[in-house]
Amino acid sequence: MSTTAVAGTDTESAAGSLDVDFSIRNLWKVFGSDAAKIVADPAMAQLSADEILEKTGCVTAVRNVSFDVARGEVFVIMGLSGSGKSTLVRCFTRLIEPTAGQVMMRGQDILNLGASELREVRRRKVSMVFQHFGLLPFRSVIDNAAFGLEIRGIGKAARHARAHEVIELVGLHGYEDRFPDQLSGGMQQRVGLARALASDPDVLLFDEPFSALDPLIRRDMQAEVIRLHRDMGKTMVFVTHDLTEALKLGDRIVIMGHGEMVQIGTGDELVGAPANDYVADFVSDVSRSQVLTLKWVVTPVPDDLPGDGPSLPATTVIVDAIPTVLGSPVPVRVVDNGVTIGVVDRDAILREVAGEKSF
Amino acid sequence: MSAGDLLQRDSKAVTIRRRIPRWAYPLAIVIVAWLIGWRIFNNMLNLPLQTAQTTPFHLWLDQVNNWVGDNRDSSPVFVYFFDAIRDIVGWLASMFTQIFVHTDVGLQLPEIGWLGVIVLVTWIAWLIGNYKVAILTAAGFLTFGLLGLWTESMATFALTLTAVFFSLLIGIPVGVAAGLSPRVERLVTPVLDFMQILPSFVYLAPLALVFSIGPASAVIATVIYAAPPVTRLTAHGIRTVPATVAEAADSLGVSRSQRLWTVLLPLARRSIVVGINQSVMAALSMVTIAALIAAPGLGVPVLQGLQSLNVGVAFVAGLAIVILAIVLDRVTTAASTRAEVAARSTSAGRKRARRVGLIIGLAITAIAIYLSRTVLWAAQFPTEVNFGDWLAEVINGFSTWVQHTFSLVTINLNEVFTVWILNPFQAMLTETPFILVALVILTVALLFGGIRATIVSALCLTVIIAVGLWEDSMITLASTIIATIVTMALGIVVGVAMGRSTRIDRLIRPGLDAAQTMPSFVYLVPFLGLFGPSRFTAIAAAIIYAAPVAIKIIADGVSAVSKNTVEAAESTGSNPWQIITKVQLPMSRKSLTLATNQGLIYVLAMVVIGGLIGGGALGYDVVAGFSQISLFGKGLAAGVAIVMLGIMLDRITQAAAQRNMRTPGASEVNTAHQHHQRTKKGTNHEIDKRQPAALLQ
Repeated sequence: MSTTAVAGTDTESAAGSLDVDFSIRNLWKVFGSDAAKIVADPAMAQLSADEILEKTGCVTAVRNVSFDVARGEVFVIMGLSGSGKSTLVRCFTRLIEPTAGQVMMRGQDILNLGASELREVRRRKVSMVFQHFGLLPFRSVIDNAAFGLEIRGIGKAARHARAHEVIELVGLHGYEDRFPDQLSGGMQQRVGLARALASDPDVLLFDEPFSALDPLIRRDMQAEVIRLHRDMGKTMVFVTHDLTEALKLGDRIVIMGHGEMVQIGTGDELVGAPANDYVADFVSDVSRSQVLTLKWVVTPVPDDLPGDGPSLPATTVIVDAIPTVLGSPVPVRVVDNGVTIGVVDRDAILREVAGEKSF
Repeated sequence: MSAGDLLQRDSKAVTIRRRIPRWAYPLAIVIVAWLIGWRIFNNMLNLPLQTAQTTPFHLWLDQVNNWVGDNRDSSPVFVYFFDAIRDIVGWLASMFTQIFVHTDVGLQLPEIGWLGVIVLVTWIAWLIGNYKVAILTAAGFLTFGLLGLWTESMATFALTLTAVFFSLLIGIPVGVAAGLSPRVERLVTPVLDFMQILPSFVYLAPLALVFSIGPASAVIATVIYAAPPVTRLTAHGIRTVPATVAEAADSLGVSRSQRLWTVLLPLARRSIVVGINQSVMAALSMVTIAALIAAPGLGVPVLQGLQSLNVGVAFVAGLAIVILAIVLDRVTTAASTRAEVAARSTSAGRKRARRVGLIIGLAITAIAIYLSRTVLWAAQFPTEVNFGDWLAEVINGFSTWVQHTFSLVTINLNEVFTVWILNPFQAMLTETPFILVALVILTVALLFGGIRATIVSALCLTVIIAVGLWEDSMITLASTIIATIVTMALGIVVGVAMGRSTRIDRLIRPGLDAAQTMPSFVYLVPFLGLFGPSRFTAIAAAIIYAAPVAIKIIADGVSAVSKNTVEAAESTGSNPWQIITKVQLPMSRKSLTLATNQGLIYVLAMVVIGGLIGGGALGYDVVAGFSQISLFGKGLAAGVAIVMLGIMLDRITQAAAQRNMRTPGASEVNTAHQHHQRTKKGTNHEIDKRQPAALLQ
């Protein structure tokens, strides 16, 4: 609950547990023969992933992770390869069975579901998009998109009608009868997206969906996801190792390292106040002026500031503030909910834009 | 890239370590000791046994045979188990026989006469393949009639269909289970391995003992031989379905059966169809050999021709077998490509035209079948058009002419080879005391295979001595080893040429593929025609039979050598010979040992069948066991000895191949392991594989 409070730009979020789509508590995933014993043993559970590996030979992919995913937000899980992020997202629908912990989806305890109930969740409520697409090569685009509906037992006419809708939605109109190997990587991933959307799920999970695509296509696909999110407002959990992508898409970001949560927060919180060197290192290449808002660069209001100078909201990103600040002879007031929290002057702006490493 | 690096490191290690191979000195010592022992203790303790001689053990087996004959109708094991299996198999075999070959009533005409059959199979070939293989099928089946072998061909066809039916009925579900569950796979794989090293020849006698001779036991023998390929390839197909696709399907909430039917089986389809193709070819090969246990069909004239040295008759029947093999191979191959193409949208117009054509074809088929059931000329292939006897005459004439004209070449080749190579080597094996020979074999097993292979070899040799066939086993071993050496020499020369040049590969490979589809039985015929009956004939046939497999494995190994490595060697100024001997061959060591393994198994199978054309020794014992009731027990014992030789040779070469995998190139094996297994099990794996090497240092 506590972390939902910082749900960043998620404007629709209101109080109450109904607004949490996924609630992860004390989640563990340890690979190895004695995995359950390790988690159950308090002495072991205190050790880091590396120490557990050394002592037992078991690999800890997810170590005691807890967070909530609010309804309608884009929640990004990010980290380097081997940080446990892909394992973590697979635990959401038990594609990988967690070793210990709790996964709640809208009040439903996922880990206690029977096989058929779990299948229902996968069929109707949560869909996933994969890095390597996972398309069926012997099926046409439309049959791939309709696959999820087919296994639910929906008739051919109905599932094709729905598949046409989602194919249109992801911009593949006219390609219905092609086969996956006749499409480019980007188009194949659109099919993967269409397949995930076809069942109209509450939550979409993305596991590094654009890592296998080249940069230009990746940018298009990111725009596509942003558009779909805007239009449909679905909750999205997005796994990536690309910080730029994370900052672009994520309402909130959790940074994983060695199976553990290192920091959780909005993009500008991570860049503006990295929790440790690991995160700082991560965000060091980010263009701060494009991510940070004015509240991170304010200085105290000088006594001689005239009352009629310009002002900007605290949520303005630095680059967007440049014209106003440079055009003003006096420092610009920064206002948060009607309260002036400080000022920014030319020096502060230029320091951020030119220096990047000014701190 | 990293694999390339590893391989490079491997090659470097090889050149350093390989200058004087570890095994050279012990091997030299053993061979010298062997030669000395052979001269000093000549013909002592060498366990000889004349052709017609038997041991008490053989007589005891004869008694077992008699007991089975006496108690077949009363013992519950037979009444409720073996007979039940035989009845089920026999029922289907007789159904197909009645449809295609003959019924038991009236004129004994088949349910569908030749005209109906030809049109029907042509239509089926078109349905599951394409019009090209349909034409081939029509021409092929028509040829059977023209060769005067319609009935025999249909008998073989009917038994092959029966055997394939049961092979798929067993093989595909077992393959699916093995593909899904590693535990089932661990259970099934050794059984399949064992079935594969068994020369097809040897389990005919035991099966005939249990199921009595005739079509039913022929089908059962064939199923044992033909089920493994489709089982293996089904399991392989299921196992190699990309994990990403299976996971994506899981994420959509597929149930277990949906997963199997909508994801795994469709993705494994190509592999399964290839397996069906291989099983069909194996079935045809075995059905013809089953003529030895009174299975009707094309094998009968081949066998008669071989035994009466009538090359012409054997050749004509062999030709019919080859034609049937080609037709079955092409049709099943076309069916496998069709499985892929059919899903893809060819133009709707062509699809429609095909459908209309197939419907018209079905109507024609119905008319042809109706005619073949009502009109005699369409029911019974006209005997007036029979080119078979004429062709047999021509071939006999040709064979005589060749043997006369080229006698200088053929007889000399035979003589020189036999006197200077085969006889001395055979003498070394048969005239030296058995203890010394056994020690030599075990030392070789230890040097190349390691301790486990040595133990297995010791057990195999013990069994061979126990069944009283040491001398015959050594004669067979001599032929097998010599044939394998020649096969490997051939394999290396041709394989390296193919591996180095895609042009040569493209030129030769179709011929090898064709050679591999031919049933083993057929190989004997031309060699009998060339050389007459002798051990050399059997060895020559075995070499030609085994060469395609060895060549292909070596060619694939050589062409798999990283281009970067070859380029690097070229850049240092190596000439082609240096590249072959210092880079390509050392780096395809694994392929070489694998080729030796497969070559040995193939050669052994053929050397044994060579008993039919003067190959002598164990193969002859088996053949004699079929024809002379007094030698039944000895034949059965010879079968056991053959199996022991097979297991021994297989274990030694397999172990040698395993040890070659230990070198860094084999690290792919580890990457296949799951992420979490890499840490714990991966290290154990490494240790396991290193053990045999440590023993030698």
